[in-house]
Amino acid sequence: MSFAVNLPLFCIVASLVCSVVSSVLDGKHARWLSMWLSFAVAVSSLLVLGAVRENGEPITYIMGHFPHPWGNEIRMGLLEGFFSLVFSTVLFLCMKGAKIKLSQDLEPSKSQFYFVMTDLIQASLLVLVYTNDIFTGYVFIEICTLASCGILMIRQIGRTTLASVRYMIFSLIGSGLFLLGVTILYNITGHLLLPSLHEAAGALWQTGQYRIPLTSSICLITVGLAIKSGLFPFHYWMPDTYGCATPCSSAILSGLVSKGYIFFLLKVIFSGFGTEVFYGSGVQNVLFVFGICGMIFGSIGAIRENDIFRMLANSSAAQIGYVYLGIGISPEAGVIGALFHILTHAVTKPVLFLSASRLSDAAGGSKRFKDLQGCGYAFPLAGFAFSLGALSMIGIPMTMGFMSKYLLAVAGLEVSTKAVPTLLALALSTILNTFYFARTIIRLYTPGTPLARVTARKAQAPFGLSAICFSLLNLAAGIFASPLIGLLRQGLEYFGKVG
Amino acid sequence: MKKSDLRAWLRSWDAGEFDFTAALSAGRSAPEAPAENKDHPWKLEPINRLEQGEIKSFRKIYPFFAVVLCCIMIGFLLLTVAKLPTYGSPDSPAHNEVMERYVEKGMEETGAVNVVAGVILDYRAFDTLGESHVLYTAATAVFILLLSLKGSGEPEQEKKIMQSDPLLKSTARIIVPLVIVYGIYVIFNGHLGPGGGFSGGAVIGGGLILYAIAFGFEPLDRFLNLKIYRMVVLCALCFYSFAKCYSFFCGANHLETIFSPGTPGMIFSAGLILPLNVAVGIVVACTMYGFYSIFQRGRI
Amino acid sequence: MLQTLWNSRVNCIAVILFAVGFATLLLHRNLFKKILGLNIMDTASCLLLTSMGYIEGRTAPIIVDGVTDVTRYGNPLPAGLVLTGIVVSVSVTAVMLALTVKLYERYHTLDLDEIYMIARQEAGKEAPQ
Repeated sequence: MSFAVNLPLFCIVASLVCSVVSSVLDGKHARWLSMWLSFAVAVSSLLVLGAVRENGEPITYIMGHFPHPWGNEIRMGLLEGFFSLVFSTVLFLCMKGAKIKLSQDLEPSKSQFYFVMTDLIQASLLVLVYTNDIFTGYVFIEICTLASCGILMIRQIGRTTLASVRYMIFSLIGSGLFLLGVTILYNITGHLLLPSLHEAAGALWQTGQYRIPLTSSICLITVGLAIKSGLFPFHYWMPDTYGCATPCSSAILSGLVSKGYIFFLLKVIFSGFGTEVFYGSGVQNVLFVFGICGMIFGSIGAIRENDIFRMLANSSAAQIGYVYLGIGISPEAGVIGALFHILTHAVTKPVLFLSASRLSDAAGGSKRFKDLQGCGYAFPLAGFAFSLGALSMIGIPMTMGFMSKYLLAVAGLEVSTKAVPTLLALALSTILNTFYFARTIIRLYTPGTPLARVTARKAQAPFGLSAICFSLLNLAAGIFASPLIGLLRQGLEYFGKVG
Repeated sequence: MKKSDLRAWLRSWDAGEFDFTAALSAGRSAPEAPAENKDHPWKLEPINRLEQGEIKSFRKIYPFFAVVLCCIMIGFLLLTVAKLPTYGSPDSPAHNEVMERYVEKGMEETGAVNVVAGVILDYRAFDTLGESHVLYTAATAVFILLLSLKGSGEPEQEKKIMQSDPLLKSTARIIVPLVIVYGIYVIFNGHLGPGGGFSGGAVIGGGLILYAIAFGFEPLDRFLNLKIYRMVVLCALCFYSFAKCYSFFCGANHLETIFSPGTPGMIFSAGLILPLNVAVGIVVACTMYGFYSIFQRGRI
Repeated sequence: MLQTLWNSRVNCIAVILFAVGFATLLLHRNLFKKILGLNIMDTASCLLLTSMGYIEGRTAPIIVDGVTDVTRYGNPLPAGLVLTGIVVSVSVTAVMLALTVKLYERYHTLDLDEIYMIARQEAGKEAPQ
């Protein structure tokens, strides 16, 4: 085996060490360290991806001297490598793009703490992606929650503190349920490592022994993670949270953190319970229904807002709905749609948040739509990036959003009972999406208001770079989608291959 | 009857009780709002009718939903629990080959007489690596919120803490050394008996807090201020991460490590477990004291 | 049914405690009590987890006199997991309390509904619609 298999371990430890070291640095150096850390993680994820491709099957890496079921492990497959690549790239671009905004929003004496938190988020995302152990997942979910709360509340205006309280309460209910589910699962199977769990859960499912505890633990784990990622009835923390945090935090939280939880859920479903057990338990239908509700109500919520950040936040709730819709449809095509939509959202939402913050700078800091009129002319690049992102969220061909909706629709057609609701929900939510995004774009390009001309038109190189990268990624993945889908399909096969 | 009673009871429980945070914040900043929000939020004009009505109707139905939800949850969980393996029975699925290996081979493979220490610091060390960083994350989050880096806070308030009871002082004089020594014993005994870094660290942290209550922060500031705190935590956590990284790397690549289990039962045995326990103990002790200090006066 | 519940009464108590914590969290508007509710929930999870490791008639998993007979000791793994649970609960409580202090400093009340109302009014003042 090549040396590359050691890289995930090194990346995780490096993220943890960087986070600790950052606390004694000053803000500037901490930011530098944090950015290049994500860059290094992205590069090494690429190497890991290469190594897995070469190997032809997922690689299990023992964390310590003992294999499963005794000791901790991490597992590298195609999906793991690819998603850690995407997550770290997006994190890098977020921090790059929000460089100047961050220096305005953060108190200089505490700005290093922000990067301590982003390093910790990096570490926990890596672990959630790579881990092969459900309890390790729990520990790093908690780190992720606390760190996200940290990047939220660092901008200390009253509303962020309030939003963080809300966020924490929802997250903690989620992790409490998750822990309860893990406990019950441990009691009936005796394992915490995913491969052993897979075997034990499969055997229990076939004999029908402990059927109720098994089902309830599946429910608890799924509901716990769904609450944390903001599925429909639990999405109320989102508008407040994303609406008032510094844009970089909103971008990271909506683009990465909630996706990390969903990825971990998928990993538990595929490598832990096994698709047979999970899709036999009927929980997926609940996810399906709530996914649809999320899509509709999130979009309606977005239409009702007149603050651009809160609109984007509500739209995030809708996008989470799409992902759960995909998980609910079927374990093959549906999950591929869901994975593709995770990618779409991870690439699109951060750039929407970042360019929205840029546009609101042009409007003198106001986030209201009526002040944003004509701002697209003040900052053409931000306007372009926002419009492209919005088009992608609506699902215009040649963008990633189109591909993910297409995949979800095709997946829905395969399952006869879910075909009609899926298509109807997709159609309705696309109309609603078009309504609020088109409204925003039109507003941005309606000829100017005095406000937009007053503000200084200082170009921001870091923002420009990151906006261009995001837009290119979006277009590239939208136009050349088939290799990407091939990768996801193969990765999903690896995902279920346990042992 | 139920409905109104419940609501009245809830209200009486919610209103006019001892306000913990008032006591908390009495020790720190005075209740003046910061300069930026001069218009005190608590003096805002009365909430308009419509919103009041909205909130009221929400409050009317909300407890019902909550109670129903909780009842459903209790029922659902009790049903689950009833079907679980019987409590305390030796043939529950949880007591399987994993546990057997931990108990039978644990001492030989890790060198720890305390199997739990062996499990958390060797078999499942990755979890524990995360766990110590959870504490660090929380400490950083608390710093973000409460750390005031401006000067020395309010000296008067600190003086007030210092004029504590003579009884407390003389008791603390006797007890604090005992507590700290006991904490050190618990840490160093972690691989031999009940104990370990987390519990020992918490005991030492408790001792430090007691000392601070009795004698004020000044004597402690000399050897545990923010700078030293950061360096200590930095060193301990980095040592932890690097040691474990080395051990994971060797384990996964089937290399020999320089740490051997040694003779079980000796104080210097069990390979990495003792140093890791010490590192964790230091982090926990400092963080516990740090929490107290930062809540009490906004700095360490 | 009742007999089974009685036999696993520790688990039942844990589960009921969990629901009590949940109810506390939902029913109280006072932030401090919400935190208490969260703590009760955490404790209940820990209790449930600990009870998984208990085996009747066996001692704690600390090897005595070098006897490594598996039938003498309880299950060590839940104990290790509970430790993690406790640490997480302590950390989370500290952060929540710090948030509470901050909120109280700003809004001078702990009633979340009141805080929401004030915050909404503040937002309305900042940018009148």
